[in-house]
Amino acid sequence: MRTVFALAGVVIKELYRRKDFYVLFILTIVICVVMASVNIYNDTEIIRYIKALCLLLIWISSLVIAITTTARQIPAEREQRTLLPLLAKPLTRTQLIFGKFLGCWLACGLVLVCFYAFFGVLAASREHAWPLLNYFQAAFLHWMVLGVVIAMTLLGSLVFAAPSSNATICFVLVTMILCVGRYLDEVALKMHEPLRSLVYVLYFAIPHLEWAFGMRNLIVHDWPMIGWNFVGLATLYLLAYAAIFLAAACLVFRRKAVN
Amino acid sequence: MSVILKTEKLRVEFKSREFRQAPKIALRGLDLEVSAGEVFGFLGPNGAGKTTTINVLLGFVQPTSGAAGLFGIDVRQPIARQRIGYLPEMTYYYKFLSAEELLRFYAKIFGLSRSETDRRIENLLKLVELEHASKRQIKTYSKGMQQRVGLAQALINNPDLLVLDEPTSGLDPVGRMKVREIIQRLKNEGKTVFFASHELGEVETVCDRVAIINEGELKAIGTVGEIVAQHPSLEKAFLEVIGYKPQPA
Repeated sequence: MRTVFALAGVVIKELYRRKDFYVLFILTIVICVVMASVNIYNDTEIIRYIKALCLLLIWISSLVIAITTTARQIPAEREQRTLLPLLAKPLTRTQLIFGKFLGCWLACGLVLVCFYAFFGVLAASREHAWPLLNYFQAAFLHWMVLGVVIAMTLLGSLVFAAPSSNATICFVLVTMILCVGRYLDEVALKMHEPLRSLVYVLYFAIPHLEWAFGMRNLIVHDWPMIGWNFVGLATLYLLAYAAIFLAAACLVFRRKAVN
Repeated sequence: MSVILKTEKLRVEFKSREFRQAPKIALRGLDLEVSAGEVFGFLGPNGAGKTTTINVLLGFVQPTSGAAGLFGIDVRQPIARQRIGYLPEMTYYYKFLSAEELLRFYAKIFGLSRSETDRRIENLLKLVELEHASKRQIKTYSKGMQQRVGLAQALINNPDLLVLDEPTSGLDPVGRMKVREIIQRLKNEGKTVFFASHELGEVETVCDRVAIINEGELKAIGTVGEIVAQHPSLEKAFLEVIGYKPQPA
């Protein structure tokens, strides 16, 4: 476990010493503050639009950080040849995969803390309220979704040759899941066999991340929190998908030549 | 003296990616034995199989047949790597870390205690003459400094066997001299060094025994004195052993 945490520590250091996070964070702040400083059409509920925009930017930024950070981990180790001295230590390839996953996931957790803290301040500046538990629930499920995305990207980094192609494919896949994942069953109904069965299989096989993405609406419209038992079930569901992707990554990496 | 590195009839074949192409044979039944406390030079031209041998010893490549062991343990077991240090050829360590952070990271992988880690880092930075730059990020280091950081990371666990793959490649004469001095000091401390290179002068200076490999086959093995006995220099011996015939002018 100490080895896994040592590997994770390096990933976290990499994240806070690179500019990627700071650029996206400052960009989000600038866009949201500029939008919050004007009141278009004198709408009294304008804060809802600002909150929706801010949460959308947080989702985009966190996905960008999660996917790009994860996609470069193993290819960079290979390219810089640091993988060789690392695997020459008493370290298994499974530990390496888990260390990278944990590092990226914890790093994304820290990123979310910063983003949601800003969101809280922005919302409180207009609404004068701190629904901290609602924010925690949304941020927690958001983090769980990032766990699945990170595990999927880690698997992709072992399958696809270039980090850029892996990142692009992961972005497209995640965007598709978030935008059309929930409608796949309806699409299948309108199709003929065997395409219908294929789309159904796809519908049941993909990790459904879209409902966690939809959690934004709860915060935007100040709806009540969802039950913690549902949060627990959703966590188990997402962890199961992350575990499947990680297991696949371990299997692929075990067979992969490192030199 | 006890044998700490041993290969028996080691054969490595790489399957060709092209259809119906014969597999590439990287090693053809390599037998090697390295005893504790010796500096062993592993020589060969480019593509001879030196790095493949090291890759098998470190568990990066599975042998097609034959066996390889370190300290009597099969190299496929991660525990076999507990007592070795490895410096690969031309490695660019994590640029965003400082030398001290890098060494601390590798020490954690070996499970060293905090006090032991601090002590070793201090000694190693002194050994590789990087105390003045220990807090600077590695991206600001020269090539020679990066190579010395590599040497320090290979020594973090105080290994009994040090595997060096072309440790002076790409370094200027001063850098080479420094690396050579470090190897000499390790030799004086009784460490075993397995040293792949094609820098013959260097091998002649620091090695106790030498093996020459070509096209995956062991061509000669013995002390430097034994190998150069019938030749004016190690270079001439090396060229003859690998079957090089100079072109007439």
